[in-house]
Amino acid sequence: MTEIFGVPAQVLYGQLLLGLVNGSFYALLSLGLSVIFGLLNIVNFAHGTMYMLGAFLAYALLNPLGLNYWWALALVPVLAACIGIVIERTVLKRIYGLDNIYGLLVTFALTMIIEGVVRVYFGVSGLRYPVPQALTGMLDLGFMRLPVYRVWVIVAALGLCLLTWAIIERTRLGATLRAGTENPRLVQAFGVNVPVLVTLVFGWGVGLAAFAGVLAAPLMQLTPQIGHSIIITVFGVVVIGGMGSILGSILTGLALGLIEGVAKVYYPEASSTVIFVVMILVLLVRPHGLFGKQ
Amino acid sequence: MNSRTLLTLAGIAALAVAPAFVYPMLMVKLLCFALFASAFNLMLGYTGLLSFGHAMFFGTSGYILGLGMKHLGWSPELGLAAGMAGAALLGFIAGAIAIRREGIYFAMITLAISQLIYFLAMQADWTGRDDGLHGIPRGRLFGLIDLENDLALYGLVAVCFVLALAGIRRIVTSPFGQVLTAIRENEPRAVSLGYDVARYKVMAFTLSAALSGLAGGLKALALSYESLNDLHWSLSGEVVMMCILGGLGTLSGPVAGAFFVILLQNFLADKVGEWLSVIIGLVFLFCILAMRKGLVGELSGRLAALRRKARAT
Repeated sequence: MTEIFGVPAQVLYGQLLLGLVNGSFYALLSLGLSVIFGLLNIVNFAHGTMYMLGAFLAYALLNPLGLNYWWALALVPVLAACIGIVIERTVLKRIYGLDNIYGLLVTFALTMIIEGVVRVYFGVSGLRYPVPQALTGMLDLGFMRLPVYRVWVIVAALGLCLLTWAIIERTRLGATLRAGTENPRLVQAFGVNVPVLVTLVFGWGVGLAAFAGVLAAPLMQLTPQIGHSIIITVFGVVVIGGMGSILGSILTGLALGLIEGVAKVYYPEASSTVIFVVMILVLLVRPHGLFGKQ
Repeated sequence: MNSRTLLTLAGIAALAVAPAFVYPMLMVKLLCFALFASAFNLMLGYTGLLSFGHAMFFGTSGYILGLGMKHLGWSPELGLAAGMAGAALLGFIAGAIAIRREGIYFAMITLAISQLIYFLAMQADWTGRDDGLHGIPRGRLFGLIDLENDLALYGLVAVCFVLALAGIRRIVTSPFGQVLTAIRENEPRAVSLGYDVARYKVMAFTLSAALSGLAGGLKALALSYESLNDLHWSLSGEVVMMCILGGLGTLSGPVAGAFFVILLQNFLADKVGEWLSVIIGLVFLFCILAMRKGLVGELSGRLAALRRKARAT
């Protein structure tokens, strides 16, 4: 059996795949966080909670309602986006123009509220969401065997990331949006309804997080705490990558997932902390992040 | 004698008679969190820096005290001092890293560093991991006073609390504190006046960390127990909440906020069960949307308005 630095190649490839899966989640979440921050100037602390909510909504669709995984994949992001839009219209719009620490604090309060409600209805014991029939089984590549579902997660997550990138960088709507990020008052003066744009962007960002939650649901035990550690990790990703660049967020997310995977093979104790260590190193060398603007 | 001195004396008198009316251990908990919130206020209220990782100082100090007293036979005063020193050192390092970015990034970096500490504590053998560190002895203060007596312990906590608050007032009214306020109000101006802003920020962060460590050490000593909850970011969020609820940038605000949150939790805990965090979240949300000056800020605003009215008539 081939070995790479004393580790069987199979084990290393397996962990790299897992890292890529986690990296895709980081990419989806940090992308949404960046887009929301760009236009709303709010760091959405509730982003991890929206990811958690996505997974639980998928569970709720399956269990009382009998709607399967594919329905969940289509409906949950829309439902979550609607919840996000209601939150934006009722709560967030009241704090625009204030120092952006209030955005972080308001979304922290929302995290407590939403997570509390989920805990009341679903309890704290882990729930199981089955892998959809069509995506069970293994893919044999010759040098390694891949679980089909993991491959699907990577493809779907990166596909959605690229779609978001294309909309923002390559369409007229995206151009308006970027202009709105630079100078909302001027864009408003050109006759664009900026408040609607803001609402839609928040809905889209939240939808991305919920989509990630549905993708992740079959991979873990669902508890109301699953958003806890991922949101902090994504903050780390965003500090490393800088919130200015979309491709930067995607690449940083993937790269950090891979680094975590490698750490799991060679030094498992560090796997949960390696991202924060990288963050500290980046801050010491390039305080504005790898892709950040001065 | 001005009204401020009167108020201070009244506060100290209230602390002295409180154990006759309130269960001493509840008072201990209230004072520990009031001290923690006051220490945090030094950052957000007076320097304008939002740290979202202050639980790391609270918890680290608790673990240092707990380990030292349980395994190395330290006295309580040594445990508290070592905990404060550890928290201050951690504050110095975390501060030096976090001030490389400003505003919202500062908050995210402190949050990430505290998560790093949390994971380290979760993996280490000596923290007892998920079970927590049990059976920390309270010991004898200076070898004389037996802290197993709840009243004696309350006395220690109350004295530490009063001294720490006096220290904080001394800090914010000193020239050093004035520079901190200048940084909060207008950082570029403070820079152009020739102040080494980075150094002041790190010093404020270190002081705030040391006092948070004192609060954490006292709490671990009082409960004879330390757990990962004291390092978790939800506690960091709670202390921000206490400060804002009470009123930022005032001495009494964080104390009022901490009392309000802890008493509310105590009062509701066995009545609403799982809805507790929802209710606390709603209270906090309301506070940010409707009364950002906090309880003390709103109250003193009303009083000032009344006084103006009285003078006008």
